[in-house]
This record gives sequence, structure tokens and C-alpha cells, in this order.
Amino acid sequence: MIYKDLVIIGGGPSGLSAAKIAAEAGVSCLIIERDPFLGGQLVKQTHMFFGSKKQYAKTRGIDIAKILIDDCLKYQDLIEIMTDTTVVGLYKDKVITTLHDDTYKKIKAKTIIVATGASEKFLAFENNDLPGVYGAGAVQTLMNVYGVKPADKVIMVGSGNIGLIVSYQLHQAGVNVLKVIEAASNIGGYKVHASKIRRIGIPIETNKTIKRAIGKEKVEKVEIVSLDKNWNIINDSSEIFDVDAVCISVGLSPLGNLLSMIDVKMKFIKELGGLVPIINEYHQTSDDNIYVCGDVSGVEEASSAIVEGYYTGLIAAKNLGKKHKNFQDLSLEFKEQLANLRSGPFGKKTLEGLEIMKEDTNAK
Amino acid sequence: MRIKEHPILTFPEKEKIWFSYNGENVFGFSGDTIAAALHALGVMTLSHSLEMKRPRGFYCAIGNCASCNMIVDGIPNVRTCVTQLKEGMVVITQTNKGELYDI
Repeated sequence: MIYKDLVIIGGGPSGLSAAKIAAEAGVSCLIIERDPFLGGQLVKQTHMFFGSKKQYAKTRGIDIAKILIDDCLKYQDLIEIMTDTTVVGLYKDKVITTLHDDTYKKIKAKTIIVATGASEKFLAFENNDLPGVYGAGAVQTLMNVYGVKPADKVIMVGSGNIGLIVSYQLHQAGVNVLKVIEAASNIGGYKVHASKIRRIGIPIETNKTIKRAIGKEKVEKVEIVSLDKNWNIINDSSEIFDVDAVCISVGLSPLGNLLSMIDVKMKFIKELGGLVPIINEYHQTSDDNIYVCGDVSGVEEASSAIVEGYYTGLIAAKNLGKKHKNFQDLSLEFKEQLANLRSGPFGKKTLEGLEIMKEDTNAK
Repeated sequence: MRIKEHPILTFPEKEKIWFSYNGENVFGFSGDTIAAALHALGVMTLSHSLEMKRPRGFYCAIGNCASCNMIVDGIPNVRTCVTQLKEGMVVITQTNKGELYDI
């Protein structure tokens, strides 16, 4: 058994930020990451971020990943990193089972921060299991991390920010994006992203959805249909397109499976993306020594995940007896940054979700 | 297929990594995951559904969905989208739940 003060599960933007602040406060910690590298989904985000300078606005995601990783590498004596390592078990007595290179290990922690992020949602339609039906984020990984062209001709399903951004990046990788379709009557993502892909000639068609993929061994064609106001299929609206891939970009759901293993209180809050742990203002779950930050506690953008990570690392360190020398200022600062990030129209849903969560936190 | 030109990213030539895919000698590049290397070779079917044996490909790329599980060096259910390619690996398409093996 390995003993650790603080174990952070997930080496994405939130986990890395939590580790940095905790180390700054003097806590030694371990980051466990299942990918072969740190950085989470930032490593494929070639676009520049919005928001304010504090959350690295105007910097590309791939460069933000480098900054956050370098920040952690500065504390080599305090931050231990395990990549290519999957947490396969989490127990109530804070024992973590990891799997690496076909070997299991047990780690006992005083405090755990779960920063496992989110996964892409799937969509029900005929033949949705054919090779060539890909998550939009997965396609982004394939092309931007590994330099592999995912397909020649695709249709993007979903016009949220991921759908819009990945469509643009597919175009940059030399893939022909026929169109972006959106079942709702409005484009889901930021106008600036939508305008950018329209300028390069990719149409965004609302009130349309995919009915089925067609093909034997892989996607060869797709059938697209139009929807009325009540989301019913309009008769004779079917159109068939030749494509070799369909990208699904219909949102993310929090990856809280590990939390379900230890019976922390969870609740389905659709505004936060699905099943999330009930947390208090300190990001503590119903188990005081288990914290969460980032998308696992509510799907937002990487900017919020970073700030939540800093805040959670700060609190966890304090409760481990290592109060950061700027604790007061930083804790106010991070809270203010989160409030700012959520102040726009796109933050409304998160705020509503957090209100619903508060009812449960108070009832605790 | 590999991306050669990109407005933001560069993909410098990396060391070739030879491996075996269903008995055939093929190669990817250093830093590839198994799934990325296979995709670049045009292999889209990575696993099969258990009942109907329908072809399954890459989906999530974060080691979560099990759609890319393959038999690697005799070990079944390896998540090839997060497993790095190594020289001499033996990769085989999986068509069942996977069988227990002796360590």
C-alpha cells in the first residue's frame, strides 16, 4: 500500500490546477491520469480561448495545457505524476486501486480530489454503432493530437461550441464538412464560432437531425430529416448524403462513475449535464475528504474547470493543515473569477443547476 | 491517412514503430496510440458487438466507451485509444468478451 496526503484523479485542466495550488501551499500530492500524457482535453484544442486574461484568454488550448503542466513540473519534489494509469476502484476508506502496465496497485489517501471530467454523449439512431460514427471530441483528438485524418467527407450533428469548433478544425485538417445540423431551432454555440465556419462555406442547418447511418462495414451515407416545432419528423423531408463519417456533438455528461462506487450523494441535475455529486461551496462531496472540481461536478468550459481546480486545491490544502499564505485573497479571487465566467448568457444554466444543488446541500 | 499540411500544427516525421495487426506487419509512428495508428492505416473496425458481431470502431478516444477494445499481446479488452503503440506489439481484432489468460 502506498500512502499519500492528497491524490488527484484526473490530470486535465482542473486536476493540474488543483495540484499546483496545493503544492504551492506545501501539500505533496499525486496526480493519476489514464491517458499517456497530462493536459486532458486541452491537448487537442487548437483554438484560442475567450474570457479574461486570468483564464488564459487569447491563448490556444494546446498552449494552456503546456502552461498548466509546466506549473506542476516546477514542484517536482511535491507533485508526483502517474500517467497511463487508470483508477479502477475507489473505496470508502480512501483506498484507490490503480491499473498500470497490467499491474494493480493500492494507494491510501487522506484526501482525494476527483477531477475526472466528462464524456461525450451519444445519440440514438439506426446504425449508430457503425464505424465512422464518431464523437466530435474523439475526431479532434485523432487529428490534432495524432495527426491522423479522420475521414474525407463528414456531417456534424450538433451546433454547440464543440460541434462548431471541431467543424472548423476538420476543415483545417483538409476534411470536407458538408454541413452542421442542429435539431433545435437555434444554433447552440457562440455566434463568433458559427460565423467563422459559415465564412468558410459550411452551412449550419437548424431543425434537422440524423435519422440513420447507412452502410455495411462502415458509414457510407446518412439520412437527414427535418423536424417541426415539436421535434416531430416532417414527412418527405428526408435527404441522403454520401459521407464516410458522422460526428456526434450533442453535449457532454459528467464522468462520476468513481464517485458512485463510494456512495457519495449524487443527483441528476440536467442543467449541469446529468448525474453529479452534491457538493457544498467548498467543493466537498457528502464525504468531507472527497472533493470534486471541473466537469465531473457540472459541465462547463475549460476556463471554469481551471478556476474550480485552483479553488478546490486551495481548500483541500487548508483542510490538510497547510493553509496557503495568500489563502484569503486567493479564495475570494477564484470565487470572483467563477462568478464572472458564469455571468454571461451561457453561464445561466450552470447557475440554475447550482441553485438546485444548493437545496440538497442545505438539506444535508 | 496522415495530415501533412496544417495551418496551426506541425507533425514532424517520427520514428516508425512496427507492429503486427491480425498477422500482418504494419507500422505506426512513435507517440501514436494503437487506435490512431490503425486509423491512419485505414482500419476502421476495431471490435465487434458481442451478440450480433456488428463491426465497431473508434468512438470516444478517452478510454471510456469500450468500442475500441482489442486483443493486445494476448490480453483482451485493451482500450486501444489510450494505449500507446510499442515496437513488436501483436494486435488482434476481438470478436468475443475476451478470455481469461494466465499471467
